[in-house]
Amino acid sequence: MRFDFTDEEKAFREEVEDFARTELPPDWDEKALYWPAGYGTFPGIEASFKDMYDELLRKLGRKGWLSLGWPKECGGMNSMTRHVILDDVMSYHRAPGGDVSTAIAAPTLALIASDEMKKEWLPRIAAGELRFWLGYSEPNAGSDLASIKTRADDDGDAFVLNGQKIWSSGAHIADYGWVLAKTDMNAARYRGETLMLVDNRTPGITIRPIINICGIHSFNEVFFDDVRVPKKNVVGQINQGFYCVMLALQYERLFVGMGAFRRVLEELVLYVKETKRQGMTMGKDPLIRNKLAAMAIEIETLYGFYWRTAWMMDRGQAPEPEASALKLFGTELSRRLAGTAMEILGPCGQLERGSKWAPLRGLMNLGYMDSISGAIGAGTSEVQRGIIATRGLGMPRK
Amino acid sequence: MDFDLTVEQKLLQESARDFLARECPRERVREFEETGEAYPPELWRKMAGLGWMGLIIPEEYGGSGGSFLDLTVLFEVMGFHICPGPFFSTVVLGALPVLAAGSEAQKKAILPAIARGEHLMTMALAEPDSNGDASSIMAGATPAGDEFRLGGVKLFVPYGEHADSILWVGRTGHGENAGDGITVFVVKNGVPGIQKTGLKTLVRDRQCELLFKDVRVPKDSVLGKSDLGWPVVENTLEKASVVLCAEMIGGAQAVLEMSLRYARERVQFNHPIGSFQAIQHYLADMWMDIHGSRYLLYKAAWKISEGMEAGMEAAMAKARIGEAFRRVTLQGHQIFGGIGFTKEHDMHLYHKRSMTGDLQLGHGDVHRERVAVRLEL
Repeated sequence: MRFDFTDEEKAFREEVEDFARTELPPDWDEKALYWPAGYGTFPGIEASFKDMYDELLRKLGRKGWLSLGWPKECGGMNSMTRHVILDDVMSYHRAPGGDVSTAIAAPTLALIASDEMKKEWLPRIAAGELRFWLGYSEPNAGSDLASIKTRADDDGDAFVLNGQKIWSSGAHIADYGWVLAKTDMNAARYRGETLMLVDNRTPGITIRPIINICGIHSFNEVFFDDVRVPKKNVVGQINQGFYCVMLALQYERLFVGMGAFRRVLEELVLYVKETKRQGMTMGKDPLIRNKLAAMAIEIETLYGFYWRTAWMMDRGQAPEPEASALKLFGTELSRRLAGTAMEILGPCGQLERGSKWAPLRGLMNLGYMDSISGAIGAGTSEVQRGIIATRGLGMPRK
Repeated sequence: MDFDLTVEQKLLQESARDFLARECPRERVREFEETGEAYPPELWRKMAGLGWMGLIIPEEYGGSGGSFLDLTVLFEVMGFHICPGPFFSTVVLGALPVLAAGSEAQKKAILPAIARGEHLMTMALAEPDSNGDASSIMAGATPAGDEFRLGGVKLFVPYGEHADSILWVGRTGHGENAGDGITVFVVKNGVPGIQKTGLKTLVRDRQCELLFKDVRVPKDSVLGKSDLGWPVVENTLEKASVVLCAEMIGGAQAVLEMSLRYARERVQFNHPIGSFQAIQHYLADMWMDIHGSRYLLYKAAWKISEGMEAGMEAAMAKARIGEAFRRVTLQGHQIFGGIGFTKEHDMHLYHKRSMTGDLQLGHGDVHRERVAVRLEL
């Protein structure tokens, strides 16, 4: 056993810390949003951050840091541990350390795409030049992806897409959709779907913003109206899309913004040490000490799932219950942490960003709302529990 | 990172599992709870034969020189099987502090006998007003010639009636900090002036009250240095709380495995209840609670094994695991329904231990305060 990093990993961690300190804009701490494991305030999701975000991704790409977890033959470092170290440090700074294209799509492509496809896409993703959005959910198919209705009809060298996607985070600032569509309307459940890459600029695509509960434009509805997708953009095999998505989800579940949990705790600790209430420093209050200690313990527990999932992936094991537990525990902890933060801040906690009375820049209040999203998106908590029980613990299906 | 046990640790784990499954079935545990025996002597002898009592005792004192991590692995298996007996009190509360602070003479007199399974030990620490820290130690020890005279009430002394020697913690002075002026004595359990009363607890774990009335011990009974005993106690408690966590995780794992088996077999409404979402969700939460906690446990144990400071990790583990075991057990009860509420079913054995384990060595609030201190609050 060893609950520590190797010397090389420690040096890498330092390097990332340096990078974050020097490359993030000087006023970033003032501007940065993002609640751990939330989907509504992703780093860079606000359109106003787009340029900064684009530039940062390209810098990360030049360092070779967008492909850390990919296999060596695809230009990666084959180290999910390094990938999560990067994610931990960058999310601590509430900054992007990768996105859908680098952390979800690319590792999946590396496993199942044809050589030509890897050659065409992976270098550009590694360089931070392409951004993807996830086109899974539909108005009547959230967690139940076998029920999607968007159809892709065979038309020679292309598929023709018609239908609608929803909850598409970041589609408005991305370049390509990672889209699941029905290619065989008569096939059994899970057997007639195909995953494909859809260029946002193709005629027939309409992207309509959805403003989330935090007041931020993160989601979109995306409409396909006779959108032609060349067949060479099919990921994996035709009619095997559901399985490709299951594979991709394993990577997605690593995305909890681990460092951001640590950051929130540190900010709360500092706040209660510096703030007096009724003549007493809040940090001396046993109730507050107890609450913050409880959060510290939960955060450390989450780190266990985080490092373990990456470690298992590095050893070629499928972290079946572990990745789901990471996602489930992380998103539910995100809600508990937000609730605790609001209880500690008291009445001023309800003030929105911009008010001079809003403690901690109103970030906790934003997080309180954003924390709702995590346990719903990317497979609800109920879905994750089902996965742990059936696939992890061998419980029978009805 | 490396989450794996070594090959040797896996062997230890497997052989301990096989041994206890054979030698310590639940009926045996149940039987033992009803008798007044100190420990099941045959089981104890066999455990000694396997080298368990000497696992962390260095070879020069008749042990095998294993690590604290090895001991943690063993405790997890013992918790799984609810292995009864004074193993915890002898090895953790006794051998570890002797090893850490004892004189050469004390080590030679005690450790080989422990390793052979021929010497039982315990520590007398808590008092009626105990809150787990040094300030609650009132029992006094006064020097008189070449002796010390010890007096005071000690509570919750595990195996206090049966131990061959007792590490008795008392106050020899006062200082700036509550821990200053505390001394640990090695007391033979036969000396005059010790009054022992068994305490009946939830799990019949042979805890007792020890009343010391002018108990006279020679000066060389001091373990380590006079007035400077508290760090020895603290260090012992840190390790004790980690192995207690290991026992609890083992118990929680047993509850989960029992529940999984039952959920597969028990049919209701024409389906195995394990196919119902409500039951699946309980099981998923139980698994998650155990695996999340196990990381805290082994991180603390690893750090102690490596000689690193582990106060934060040990406190985190104790705070979380006591509660996690209770949660897991209650969810298990929910799955078993009525049968789990009976004395004939095994659930109660674990349920009671989840409560006593949480209360022992400071419950969650005490350890969360330790975490708060380490967060620099």
